[in-house]
Amino acid sequence: MPRALVIDGVSKRFTLRHARSIKNMTVRALRREKLRDRFTALDGVTLTVGVGEAVALVGVNGSGKSTLLKIISGVMPPDEGSVRVRGRVAGLIEVGAGLHPDLTGRENVFLNGAILGMDRDETLSKFDSIVAFADIGQFLDQPVRFYSSGMFMRLAFSIAVHTDPDVFLIDEVLAVGDPLFRRKCIDRLHEYRDSGRTMVIVAHDATLLRQLCTRGVFLEDGRVIWDGDIDTAADMLLQKREERRRASLRRAEASEAGR
Amino acid sequence: MTTAPRAPAGPDDPELVEPGRGGGLADVLRRRYLLRLIVRRELRARYQGSLLGLGWSYVRPAAHFAVFYFVAGVFLGMSKNVQHFPIFMFSGLVLVSFFNETLINTTHSVLGNAPLIRKVYLPRELFPVASLLVSCVHLLPGVAIALGVAIAWGWTPSALAIGSALLGFALVAVLGIGLGLICSALHVFYRDTDKVVDIATLFVTWSVPMIYPWTMVRDTAPGWGLDLYLSNPMAVGVLLFERAFWWPTTDRTFVFPAGLTRDALVLLVLGVLLLGAGQFVFARLQRRFAEEL
Repeated sequence: MPRALVIDGVSKRFTLRHARSIKNMTVRALRREKLRDRFTALDGVTLTVGVGEAVALVGVNGSGKSTLLKIISGVMPPDEGSVRVRGRVAGLIEVGAGLHPDLTGRENVFLNGAILGMDRDETLSKFDSIVAFADIGQFLDQPVRFYSSGMFMRLAFSIAVHTDPDVFLIDEVLAVGDPLFRRKCIDRLHEYRDSGRTMVIVAHDATLLRQLCTRGVFLEDGRVIWDGDIDTAADMLLQKREERRRASLRRAEASEAGR
Repeated sequence: MTTAPRAPAGPDDPELVEPGRGGGLADVLRRRYLLRLIVRRELRARYQGSLLGLGWSYVRPAAHFAVFYFVAGVFLGMSKNVQHFPIFMFSGLVLVSFFNETLINTTHSVLGNAPLIRKVYLPRELFPVASLLVSCVHLLPGVAIALGVAIAWGWTPSALAIGSALLGFALVAVLGIGLGLICSALHVFYRDTDKVVDIATLFVTWSVPMIYPWTMVRDTAPGWGLDLYLSNPMAVGVLLFERAFWWPTTDRTFVFPAGLTRDALVLLVLGVLLLGAGQFVFARLQRRFAEEL
């Protein structure tokens, strides 16, 4: 199987600066407090995804999933290691980032299409299909600021799925409100997967991931803990969540008792 | 920045490429279609919901012109010293406005597109370049007015005039985008940058021979002061624009500094070097944009 995505020993550290102005820095320095903290978001992640695979990145909040997705999309470079991708990468990373509120739906289709790498002819040929999928009807020539949040998401999602990337990155977007449209999106992703394209998905819905993905990668504190079948990964996610919930309950009880 | 050893992708994988490896300004050229849409969006968004729309790009220079004309031209009596003072001043004013607008807008361009930069990889140079092009669009009405008035005062096209205008524009545009790249990247890390730029534009307005002729500096400042004054590319640009639009309408007795064209060409070369440096700084800093924004 040809490789679509090769992630080799990727690490990413973030610096948290506590003080930005000269005054705050001086104050903190005088109090001998730290000026910055570093934390490791990704720690030596190695992963190879073949063409046509649908991989779920799972893990509790702060495990580095979204950071990894951003590194794959090229928005952030890794501190160490390397990432290589075959073909066009498009991300559904918080859809709607490229939609401009003052432009009409129609103009946004062209602008956002271009941002995601389509040229004019490609956008023109897909235009009707994009509009039909988004189902925004007469609002097409209205500025996007007047759209309901559902319509906004539908348009953004519709443009993104029509870019036909070779590697499709999806981050948390399937939380799109309206259940009908959600169904449509998921069907679209199924179709997309069946056509042999590669997907990397971050989502919190374990059931959905089980349906959609063939492989699961479980991340914890920026490290890959499990890389294999999706069912195990999804079970691990549920188990981890349960643990977290219990821990926070215990903490709540403890503070309750302490009072 | 750590440069990790890049393991070869293997002999079978020439198509595996690193994402987000920008080719800088060359990449912007390759994505002209996107650039055009971004410029259109900027223009559209700026005048959204305003009655005058693009007409505002006439009002602002008109207001500047009125202030300077009455204060410098009438009250300070500059109109008596300089023949056709309005066109003398206006030809400098359009260029100075162009530079100031370019610098201010490019400085904000990266931060202003933060949501996009955080989430989608695009060659980030697109945003400063788009700001430059927007300023160019705003420059056009100013130049048209300058030219219209000049023609009314007997301006005729000549190689010297047109060459001076083009050279002046090239010099200022290259300087603007070179500085703009640096400032826009710095502004992501230090939000003080736009304040510094704001003050710098004030100096630009008064340190060029726009509301007074350069001969006043020659006659009052020491020799090294004049040299310093004339090594300012903005001053040279303004002189070039005056030679392009104002000088042909006069009796042509006014003398420009010796070797103006040569100096301008030297400064243009330096400007291109600055642009290269700007691209280098931008390329370095843009790697950390997504986490800093």
